[in-house]
Amino acid sequence: MANIDWPKQGTASVLGTSPDRLDAIAKASGAAKYTYDIVPDKMLLARVLGCPLAHCKVKSIDVAPALKVPGVVAAEPMKNAGDEVLWEGDILAIVAGETEGAVAEGLKAIKLDLEPLEFYVDDANLEAAEKADRTRPAGRNVRTPDDVDDEDEYFEKLFKECERDGVVIEAEYGVNVITHMCLEPHGSTCVWEGDKLIVYHSTQNVSGTAPQFASPLGVAASDVTVICDYIGGGFGSKFQADEWSVAAARLAKSTGRPVKLMLDRATELKTAGNRPSGFIKVKVGADKNGVVKVWDSHHWGTNGPAGAPVSQAVIPYVFDPPNRRRVVTSISTNTGPARAWRAPNHPQGCAMSQTAYDDIARALGIDSYDVFLRNLPSVTNDKAEVYADQMKIAAKLMDWKAKWHPHGKGPERDGVVSGLGMAIHTWGGAAHNSSCTIKVHPDGGVEAILGSQDLGTGTRTVIAMVVAETLGLPVDAVKVSIGSSKYPASGPSGGSTTVGGVSESTRRGATAALNMLLAKVAPKLGVDADQLQAKNGRIEVIGNPSKSVSWKEACSLLGMNPIEAQGNFQRGQSENSLSSSGAAGVQMAEVEVDRETGVVRIKKFVAVQDMGLIINRKLATSQIHGSVIMGIAYALFEERIMDNKTGKFLNAELSDYKLPRLGDVGEVVVELYEPESEYNRGVVGLGEPPVIAPGAAISNAVCNALGVRVPVLPLTPARVLAALGKG
Amino acid sequence: MKDHDQGRGRSGFSRREFLKGSSAAAAATALSVGPAVARAEEKGTKLVGPGATSLTLNVNGKDHQVQVEPRMTLLEVLRYQLKLTGAKPVATDGSCGAATVIVDGKPISAATTLALDCKGKKIQTVESLGGPEPDQVVKAFAKADAQQCGFCTPGFVVAVRAFLDKHPNATKEEIRQGLNGNLCRCGTYYDVIEAALECVKGGS
Amino acid sequence: MKAFEYAAPTTEAEVLELLSPEWGKTEILAGGTDLVGLMKAMIITPDRVVNIKEVDTLRGIRRTSQGLEIGAVTNLDDIHDSPHLEPFPAVRQVIAGLGSMQLAAQGTIGGDLCKRPNCWYFRNGFGLLAKRGTLVAEGDNRYHAIFNNAGPAKFVSGSRLAPALIALGAFVRVIGPDPEQQAEIPLSEFYRTPRDENQRENVLLPSQLVADVVIPDLGLANAAYEVKQGCGPEVPLAAAAAALRIEGGRVTDARVVLGQVAPTPWVSADAREALLGQPVNESTAEAAADAAVRSATPLSHNAYKVQLARVAVKRAILRAAGHQTGGF
Repeated sequence: MANIDWPKQGTASVLGTSPDRLDAIAKASGAAKYTYDIVPDKMLLARVLGCPLAHCKVKSIDVAPALKVPGVVAAEPMKNAGDEVLWEGDILAIVAGETEGAVAEGLKAIKLDLEPLEFYVDDANLEAAEKADRTRPAGRNVRTPDDVDDEDEYFEKLFKECERDGVVIEAEYGVNVITHMCLEPHGSTCVWEGDKLIVYHSTQNVSGTAPQFASPLGVAASDVTVICDYIGGGFGSKFQADEWSVAAARLAKSTGRPVKLMLDRATELKTAGNRPSGFIKVKVGADKNGVVKVWDSHHWGTNGPAGAPVSQAVIPYVFDPPNRRRVVTSISTNTGPARAWRAPNHPQGCAMSQTAYDDIARALGIDSYDVFLRNLPSVTNDKAEVYADQMKIAAKLMDWKAKWHPHGKGPERDGVVSGLGMAIHTWGGAAHNSSCTIKVHPDGGVEAILGSQDLGTGTRTVIAMVVAETLGLPVDAVKVSIGSSKYPASGPSGGSTTVGGVSESTRRGATAALNMLLAKVAPKLGVDADQLQAKNGRIEVIGNPSKSVSWKEACSLLGMNPIEAQGNFQRGQSENSLSSSGAAGVQMAEVEVDRETGVVRIKKFVAVQDMGLIINRKLATSQIHGSVIMGIAYALFEERIMDNKTGKFLNAELSDYKLPRLGDVGEVVVELYEPESEYNRGVVGLGEPPVIAPGAAISNAVCNALGVRVPVLPLTPARVLAALGKG
Repeated sequence: MKDHDQGRGRSGFSRREFLKGSSAAAAATALSVGPAVARAEEKGTKLVGPGATSLTLNVNGKDHQVQVEPRMTLLEVLRYQLKLTGAKPVATDGSCGAATVIVDGKPISAATTLALDCKGKKIQTVESLGGPEPDQVVKAFAKADAQQCGFCTPGFVVAVRAFLDKHPNATKEEIRQGLNGNLCRCGTYYDVIEAALECVKGGS
Repeated sequence: MKAFEYAAPTTEAEVLELLSPEWGKTEILAGGTDLVGLMKAMIITPDRVVNIKEVDTLRGIRRTSQGLEIGAVTNLDDIHDSPHLEPFPAVRQVIAGLGSMQLAAQGTIGGDLCKRPNCWYFRNGFGLLAKRGTLVAEGDNRYHAIFNNAGPAKFVSGSRLAPALIALGAFVRVIGPDPEQQAEIPLSEFYRTPRDENQRENVLLPSQLVADVVIPDLGLANAAYEVKQGCGPEVPLAAAAAALRIEGGRVTDARVVLGQVAPTPWVSADAREALLGQPVNESTAEAAADAAVRSATPLSHNAYKVQLARVAVKRAILRAAGHQTGGF
């Protein structure tokens, strides 16, 4: 009997190799069909109307004029009279029609009667928020020894000691709201077949979304099929059915025609998710070696109308000094509500606190590397040694020691200064629940079927590789079907849980299928099934490979019917876990700054990352490249710009929402950290971890270059010049 | 604006040849949209729309008859009438490159090009680079894993193809300077550079 | 997009027949890179679109006795690649800086010169002047004008090429249906600052169009410098172009024009004054740059643009004279 354990490191035939992703050619040549690309016959196009005001009460929404526009087929309001609208871009109505133009004219024709209410959108300004009565306490957490009575006095005493023997810094840091900016916006193509609904939905949650359509539409969940073969970006924002897609399904029903509703770019940015901001005021005390003894901070920010800011649990981030006080204030703003954004809380926590650790180094005039190293004993996870090892590797790849100079003390060449910065991160990444069906056909064909989705990490390829490894077959011998809610349920792709989850289920299912096959082959080879193994496209006797049959021949023994085996993984319940959680990584940035313009360029970026057992090295590497580049985006370029005057999200179009381009990315060096101890942990998710640290690492590098801190991300020329006193 | 003294000396305007014989005076007096139509049509200028009109589009070497309103973009027609969905709608303006197609040899955005503007022109979409024997650029994207979600990728592939057609021996630095018209959110740029370089190597 | 009628005439005369004398009724499609997006967003809603790209006489690069004549619908990439542009590196640098080969391949010089302003209030539907300038003044003006911004117009001019072309002494040939509407206008006089919503940001009447641009052969050393944060097709934060005559090691004529700083391209007489009679070096360029921004009047959020404009001027001057600029 084959068992499910992973092969020992170095003995796998498929795991840890670098095949191309299975769907690479289909995607690159435009053949892959995304939700936006599904074009059923007689399809209507639909768009929604976003609210023009940041805060208002709906008096009426009259869609009758829209229905008079030639080409408009259906329209309905999505808010009722009396409803309060809490942000600009919240959806007021939907219009479906024959062409994009007709729909645009229809939306413009809708008569709105809105009563403006007072709005507030400034999340950075705590004082203004207090004045506007938009703040509320959102947590206060203090750690001191048990015998401390007077907290203030105790902190005061600690800071005095640090002032005397080491250093105390007081600083402010921040990171602005960014949006997910999925290139394929949220939306669906909805097709009714009688009373059954098929929704082609751009989703990270194929298996979990059908009930969210069924309930508001008054149909059984079993009558809804959700399909997503390809998704054009999600990043945490596409777990739901969403009211606009439900409305599209409603219009499809009422018109008797398929309806495609994809959000327009501006609505996508305003309404379909963003990452909360975080701003912090902090006082930190450290000894003369830079070891932090006391942390006292107050941070605030917003996730939209609800206000919930970045969790206090990530302050300070990864490091956890013996004495700390962290106070959190929530700011309610009339802005679109946040959704999970890769590694929720962590990037902001990292950017708001590991910057302070770097400023300790700056204040003491010592190497940031040493300060990070000396504070490792305080990390919140059990990875102190892993970080130390990774730091060594990263420093070598960066040539840190040779390049290092004290903050602001590097040479200036033609007005350009360079600098180094680093940061570390952590993440869970435990496998989600997953079920799959593995079929082995009498003709030798192998299928893996599961209700998962490929966010771009290469889910299909990972599944095929695990099945191929298990069955001793080449990767291209495995046909993978994912992307339908009619397949065995697999978890939503969020929090770096997918690769672990689908590996768990497919390894189990494929092993079960193999054992069924071995039982058929055993009599033919005259041995017990547990003396057989699948290897190199054959079923062979262990220790006697000459005694074997080809895979095809083995399958021909099945007779008429294929083997069908299930693989199930339930987090916390399944034994023999093939996966684990807890990732660590170290990142280092080298930047150049034009001191006259404040323009920052990334020269080199090093990312050292553990992820347990690595399934596909090529995909893992490009995943980290991507994370780093997305990190460069929020470190240097992107931010939501809200207008205090009009309450509008001013840069909700791609031309104004700045993002890096191909030429803005310097050299990116990735080290996949996989010593035996890591490999033996099994699969750990990778999607979130490497996107966490770039903000802090780049901010620290800019600070090292300039000798002054640019406190708030993104580090635009305006902010850099302001920090230099030139703006 | 100040400082007007730098312009060249005026040579004085002489009425241009092309206007001879045209009823310029009449045009200057009337010219609400209506009457102009009649005059323009008398002169053989075909004014179409706002309703749909028929158009022949030559896409990937094949003529297609389509019905288009003047306001329809090439992207809308490619995707919803010809079901060629490789070019993607991403930005309202043309700043993202996701809808890049090659028209008469030039890489342009189908999202900001009117379909009628492509009358008589040769349109090449990403689909022409696929099929059973994909273009070298498509294969290089696969090899370098220069895609994640892949939504920007077809536009990028067309852009790389057009760029390399013009600069077959491009250096890494030229690639970094020359391929900034395409936006990727997943962060595949580093691998796109590798893919483009692979093609340069493969071609020499 | 609102429904519109469409024509693609093949002669200039036909084009002129099709243009309305009233703003907003007709739009000229020259490249479409900006116009089509604005129409999709329903910011611009014409009844008719006149595609002028089929007019052969409006396309091409020709040497004439007056200089280099570039037809309005000549694509920017063709201009960049033309050997005729050798004497005008400023123009090439700006086109290279567009950061998108697609925009360069599709965009035209006439379209660029007539590109609507960069202002997110305008582009969010608040009108060209955004409530007589109050939204800009009291709202987020980080990308707005730092010169000539006391009136209602506080946007920055949309054209990328105008500063370079003005520095080079270019003029545009404008055509219209009526003899009085035919003109050769120095590009330095082409732009104006609108005072109300009925005025546009250039002197064209609705029924006129730019037929071609002529760059005279003045033999000036020239260059442009745009401050951009990234490599992509973003609007520069500040820009400048300089054209210099340097004789005997000293500047005998100079034109310095800033972009992205005012509702029009901004010709700096102060920078010119500062340069005349001087050799070009780091300190004279710096002095000219200081002079160029001395009269800046930044708004509440864009003081940093004064510094960036200063740097752009300095680097454009140094680059024009063949010196290293420093920085990126």
